[in-house]
Amino acid sequence: MFGLGILSGLLVLPLVGAAFILTLRGEEEAVRSNARWAALVTTVATFVLSVVAWQRFDGGNAAFQLVETHAWLTDSIRFKLGVDGFSMPFVLLTTFLMPFCIIASWQPIETRVKEYMVAFLVLETTMIGVFVALDLVLFYLFFEAGLIPMFLIIGVWGGKRRVYAAFKFFLYTLLGSVLMLLAVMAMYWDAGTTDIAVLLKHRFAPAMQTWLWLAFFASFAVKMPMWPVHTWLPDAHVEAPTAGSVILAAILLKMGGYGFIRFSIPMFPDASVYFTPLVYALSIVAIIYTSLVAMMQEDMKKLIAYSSVAHMGFVTMGLFTMTPQGIQGAMFQMVSHGLVSGALFLCVGVVYDRLHTRMIADYGGLVHRMPVYATCFMVFTMANVGLPGTSGFVGEFLTLTGAFKVNSWVAFFATTGVILSAAYALWLYRRVIFGKLEKEKLKSMPDLNYREVLVLVPLLLLVIWYGVQPGAVLDAFAAPTTELLKSTQAALSAAKTAALTLH
Amino acid sequence: MYQAIVFLPLVGFLIAGLLGRFIGARASEVVTTSLLFVSCALSWIAFTQVGFGGGTTRVQVANWLVSGDLVVDWALRIDTLTAVMLVVVTTVSSLVHLYSVGYMHEDTSRPRFFAYLSLFTFAMLMLVTSDNLVQMFFGWEGVGLASYLLIGFWYDKPSANAAAIKAFIVNRVGDFGFSLGIFLVFTLFGTIAFEGIFPRVGEFASQTFRFLGYDWNALTITCLLLFMGAMGKSAQFLLHTWLPDAMEGPTPVSALIHAATMVTAGVFMVARLSPLFELAPTALSVVTVIGATTAFFAATVGLVQNDIKRVIAYSTCSQLGYMFVALGVGAYSAGIFHLFTHAFFKALLFLGAGSVIHAMHHEQDMRHMGGLRKHIPFTAAMMGIGTLALTGFPFTAGYFSKDAIIEAAYAGKVPGANFAFLMTVAAALMTSFYSWRLYFMTFEGRPRWSHNGHAHAHGHIAPAAGGHEHEHAEEHHGRAHALHAPHESPLVMLIPLAVLAVGAVAAGFLFKEAFIGHDYDHFWKGALFTAKDNHILHDMHEVPGWVVASPFVMMVVGFLVAFWFYVIDPKKPVQLAKANPLLYRFLFNKWYFDELYDVLFVRSAKWLGFFLWRKGDGWLIDGFGPDGVSARVVDVTNRVVRLQTGYVYHYAFAMLIGVAAFVTWYLFGGVL
Repeated sequence: MFGLGILSGLLVLPLVGAAFILTLRGEEEAVRSNARWAALVTTVATFVLSVVAWQRFDGGNAAFQLVETHAWLTDSIRFKLGVDGFSMPFVLLTTFLMPFCIIASWQPIETRVKEYMVAFLVLETTMIGVFVALDLVLFYLFFEAGLIPMFLIIGVWGGKRRVYAAFKFFLYTLLGSVLMLLAVMAMYWDAGTTDIAVLLKHRFAPAMQTWLWLAFFASFAVKMPMWPVHTWLPDAHVEAPTAGSVILAAILLKMGGYGFIRFSIPMFPDASVYFTPLVYALSIVAIIYTSLVAMMQEDMKKLIAYSSVAHMGFVTMGLFTMTPQGIQGAMFQMVSHGLVSGALFLCVGVVYDRLHTRMIADYGGLVHRMPVYATCFMVFTMANVGLPGTSGFVGEFLTLTGAFKVNSWVAFFATTGVILSAAYALWLYRRVIFGKLEKEKLKSMPDLNYREVLVLVPLLLLVIWYGVQPGAVLDAFAAPTTELLKSTQAALSAAKTAALTLH
Repeated sequence: MYQAIVFLPLVGFLIAGLLGRFIGARASEVVTTSLLFVSCALSWIAFTQVGFGGGTTRVQVANWLVSGDLVVDWALRIDTLTAVMLVVVTTVSSLVHLYSVGYMHEDTSRPRFFAYLSLFTFAMLMLVTSDNLVQMFFGWEGVGLASYLLIGFWYDKPSANAAAIKAFIVNRVGDFGFSLGIFLVFTLFGTIAFEGIFPRVGEFASQTFRFLGYDWNALTITCLLLFMGAMGKSAQFLLHTWLPDAMEGPTPVSALIHAATMVTAGVFMVARLSPLFELAPTALSVVTVIGATTAFFAATVGLVQNDIKRVIAYSTCSQLGYMFVALGVGAYSAGIFHLFTHAFFKALLFLGAGSVIHAMHHEQDMRHMGGLRKHIPFTAAMMGIGTLALTGFPFTAGYFSKDAIIEAAYAGKVPGANFAFLMTVAAALMTSFYSWRLYFMTFEGRPRWSHNGHAHAHGHIAPAAGGHEHEHAEEHHGRAHALHAPHESPLVMLIPLAVLAVGAVAAGFLFKEAFIGHDYDHFWKGALFTAKDNHILHDMHEVPGWVVASPFVMMVVGFLVAFWFYVIDPKKPVQLAKANPLLYRFLFNKWYFDELYDVLFVRSAKWLGFFLWRKGDGWLIDGFGPDGVSARVVDVTNRVVRLQTGYVYHYAFAMLIGVAAFVTWYLFGGVL
């Protein structure tokens, strides 16, 4: 179709939907309804298309697939798209979650519905773009462009302190992106191209690697977010509308981890090894520190946001263990966290829509009125805690296994996270769901309606299914992980030989 | 057949859990209970086939996960050890299901209750049939989840919620060690499947492993880490605090989970990993000492408790200590034998206690009981049998298994065995005392329930002033019962009691030879590993006569003292408590472990969390980071916004971002 491949289709489709919604005119109520339906149809169609792409994708092959390249800025900076085992699951995760976000916004969003839907569709394009871009400049463009719709979603449809949150979000990410931009330019000067596939084979000088690594790290660490640049996340989550929180937790945070695995580790292996202790230290601090902080939160969304930071700590730790278990586990943890934290934010959204408060103290005893809700929330809480049999376990277990092989101190401290996560998650559950139903306002709360069931149940089934049979996702990471470890090993031993001959 | 044993309870859970609202309580009860009975019947068939026939079987169910060289399967491993556990779990579970039909009769959420019971059974079966450490961990945490849900079953009670969370978190502390143990096993052996680990244990017997900056013997540190998990699950000394609180759950739950099955998972784990532990003598010493300390410690606390369930809970804790002593001195089969017999008589005692509580309209304080034998004679008789078995009356189940452990402790060669011998003998005395104390306080003497209020008559109007146990009973059982005489429980509750009583009498006598006697090799067929120089099972038959006699003497003395204190001269215990107030309070408050842990861990973690949040995130990071900057920005924009109205300033932000993006892009384009 027009010489475009299936990945371009994934990028264009949401934009087409957005353009269509912009043209909607007429009676306000009709426009709202049409905008919602148009967004839903678009996101579902995008998901279907991504499933088709998944069908054509060969999971056993480590190379980039479905590659398409079009002329763009210059001969060496081209519009190049492609996916491998690392990126394909995230494309699917994005397209899979988008329809849920649209459904979750069906009733809560009543003002500027048209613009809201457009923002989400544009956001979808940029997110998919991040994962399919095979050109550094293109990646950077999508990576930064995604900020704009997200900024608007928080700033326009957010809660009371949305302005503060939006600015904090913006300030943090701006700092990171400026440094990354400098690094991108430096890489172009050195390698003469911005083609990611070529850059992966290019060997940067060790000294240069250090600087490039740090510049990328600044950007990805903010996105993850790693301690101590995590404080934007709780505020952003708290103020964002439910669907915004879902996307933020499920997809945007994953861009940092994806950046590490796509750029930092394979392109700067020497620097990655050099900085591993730093990453370990920050990861451990993140796991313990933010778990403790999460325990004391009085706001449900903030609590889940802090727990996200802790879970991302497992990801960074796992990635830099440079073991198959660590890397595959970290990647799986990202997918799992996308499902689980997304679902948890949706759960908070359910009660927020009814009572318009996120304060834990305003709830209690919900199980009496909302047994179905309580069940769903319990499953997601357990997944968050990392109970075996849920997807949360697989990632945590594998990353810790990998870490233990490399450094028992790291594994020791990181494993304390399993105790702390149980503490904050169960305490939250108890305060919100269990106990007597005493507050007057809660006594008329209806249980989940069909729309909410439609959103939560598929996520619930997936969380359990991937806990018992994680193969579908885990195996996708296997081939590129092996390839990555092979190439970094080769690079490291080459560096070692070079160092020896010099002496 | 093995799949059916394991997965039928899961089917029951799904039916009762998902469809319970539609098919109703009665149908949920029938479905889960009958599926469990089928599973139980199959287990006994499996037990006879495996125990007295073929050897180890492995049934692959599915692959779980593969990552690099780590391969984890869903598989069932059936050998004699598993078969024993299958029998214990399904028998007690099916009887508890049946019993609950009567016990929970008045509860409105019965489908949920039966679903949880079946979920627990499924997880427990996955645990005992696991063929690798990770699947065992799945079952391990799964039973933890079920335990959490069932302890907190009456979620209106704050105390039940607190106990549920406490149980889960304390268990997670143990699981912290278990996880590290699994990682270490994988690092050493490159596999987590038992079949891959056991044959290669010898290679690592003298290797060292550097863990946390210290060179450990590889097997010792592995076993110690794994044992930490066992300590949590089996409520051993230091990680025991959750078990007494777990009595907040309905009584059938206490019988099934917190007496007969789940809490013995730690014992099972050490026995399953006997090839590892056997070559790690230091770890075995630790197991012995911890077990002995628990046996003694829990028995001392049990002496002074007034809640009927708490007495039995501490008794359980103490008996688990006995099992670990047996494992620690290398007599694995004696430990498993005690696990087997204990399941019958302890479940019997708990269900009997449940029958008492049922008769007393949810009264649990023994100070408000007494003289019940005339009203509930059958329950009293069953409790009597259970007490005899627990205290080791000759030819009952406990007589064979507990005495074997005491003898093994005497014959044991690992460091700490002597200590264990002393502790277990002392604990035997206390066991006899508190068991008979429980019996006499409940069933003999003058009734103390008719004239001191029974609290329920006015439970609604005036909050009861007496102990907090009392309040619990009322909170949950809000309906005020008219003050009528205690009544015997329905048949559906008495039949399980009778079946368990048969087990409590006969299980020891029938299976003694197979478990620890002449048929040892033929019965176990290598399911428990003993090193060549481990002759404990032989040595324990050659101990001096006074050692053999000591538990019997202790039992008799304990009985006589209890008889004197609670039947002949009931004022004596009060006088004693008054004469030794410090000791009494120390014991009554369970050696102050809860208070200590509260200060050490709970409060300090909360304080630290609050500090890090407010000072770390709020003051340090935000204060010097974005807030400093963004505060200025917001100031500026506020000034701008004042000039405009409505949504305009949103667009201003959008434009700001747009400009930033444009400038960035321009900068970049310019460079090119």
